[in-house]
Amino acid sequence: MKPFTYERARDPNEALRLVGTDGGAKYLGGGTNLVDLMRERIEAPERLVDVTRLSTEIEGKPDGGLVIGAAATNTALAAHRAIREQYPMLARAVLAGASAQIRNMATVGGNVLQRTRCIYFYDEASRCNKREPGAGCDALDGFNRMHAILGASSACIATHPSDMCVALVALDAVVHTLGVEGERSIPLVDLHRLPAGRPDIETELKPGELITKIELPPPLTKRSTYRKVRDRASYAFALVSVAAEVDVTNGKVRDVRLALGGVATKPWRAWKAEEALRGQAATEPSFRAAAEAELVEAAGLRHNEFKIELAKRTLVAVLCELAGVAT
Amino acid sequence: MDIIINGRTIEFSVDPRTSLLDLLRDHLGLTGSKKGCNQGACGACTVLVDGERINSCLALAVQYQGRKITTVEGLARNGDLHSLQRAFIEHDGFQCGYCTPGQLCSAVAMVDEWERGLPSVVTQELAAQGIALDRDEIRERMSGNLCRCGAYNGIVEAITATFENLP
Repeated sequence: MKPFTYERARDPNEALRLVGTDGGAKYLGGGTNLVDLMRERIEAPERLVDVTRLSTEIEGKPDGGLVIGAAATNTALAAHRAIREQYPMLARAVLAGASAQIRNMATVGGNVLQRTRCIYFYDEASRCNKREPGAGCDALDGFNRMHAILGASSACIATHPSDMCVALVALDAVVHTLGVEGERSIPLVDLHRLPAGRPDIETELKPGELITKIELPPPLTKRSTYRKVRDRASYAFALVSVAAEVDVTNGKVRDVRLALGGVATKPWRAWKAEEALRGQAATEPSFRAAAEAELVEAAGLRHNEFKIELAKRTLVAVLCELAGVAT
Repeated sequence: MDIIINGRTIEFSVDPRTSLLDLLRDHLGLTGSKKGCNQGACGACTVLVDGERINSCLALAVQYQGRKITTVEGLARNGDLHSLQRAFIEHDGFQCGYCTPGQLCSAVAMVDEWERGLPSVVTQELAAQGIALDRDEIRERMSGNLCRCGAYNGIVEAITATFENLP
């Protein structure tokens, strides 16, 4: 690991000043991803600015929504009563990720900014456009079973690994930031970029910009969930995951919010499936048609073709569960 | 810099690159916590920080100034093993013993999380006031600690036997 200096920020403005905009510094949350990446020499900051003592508050808003401090731990999020009662998909997504030890360390802001677990990104002997722009991508013709079927490009097929973000994009979460030009807010669904030709540029954040909090509007309904399909029952990244919230009234889908994880290069809001479902009968054939609509542009590679059908079936199964439709 | 390890305040000065695990093992001679994968995948380095379990291999020691750390060396009191340590012996909760310090620290904190009402991903009713700590719950909640000898059945039995009489 390259030597670095360590400082702890007492407030967001101090954090901003300490990090600067020269690209040599990084914000440090729980360290569960960054410390590992520094050991692997993928990240090599000269300065670390600890932001874990900044806002850890999780507070209700008058409109029924919620504001989550970026330094709140993943465990604090899943333990929060309002989240367990009003946003069960978010609590389940957080609890489906990593291990208890890691959830105790990891912050919400850090979870949003964690980097891919693509094995070629981690392997110094492989070509990777994220690690070295223009180098090429060895995952394309390699062991790509875990890779993306949506949002990929010829430069990168790495998935975004977060479970929490999948629920947050479904819930229309908004990220609040502080940068040298002041405060701004960005819908989470727009924060992560598609890889296109520059997979090394992963978010819309500007140099030095700090995530301060995440805001959630009120839920559509308390009927929401998160289902994660993976190679072992616990402590594994998703092959496919679905975050879903469905309001069914008189047998019809009044409103719905859906997102997919494990299948895309960013937390994937399933806009097409939502559009196909609104106003339709809450039946298995409608759910299947919506799933087909969402996956119409999915592209499988040698080892991950199976994810296309798996994603459709998981989407249908989750919608059936929430709508109380027997399968 | 100060840190409180197993009840004793210790002054330390290390390179910022030093992990909490390396501080414990290489600088303080507390070799109970193990370095298995050194990347947060195996749980052999699990210690408690203010009572909560973390992977000390992914923790930078400088980030934990002033915090109270409990390692496996701190579980016994006045020479008497923690009830969970005795149960691990009685129920064959290990073979080689390498993962055991992490398993023990993890289990102590896991029961504390359960007593505070924290659900897990296998909990049916997320908002329930009381959650039964059955076999599925224990296995899910302990999934961050791998045992390559495969002593999982003994580990679950030891935890069950120790904590089934809790209120």
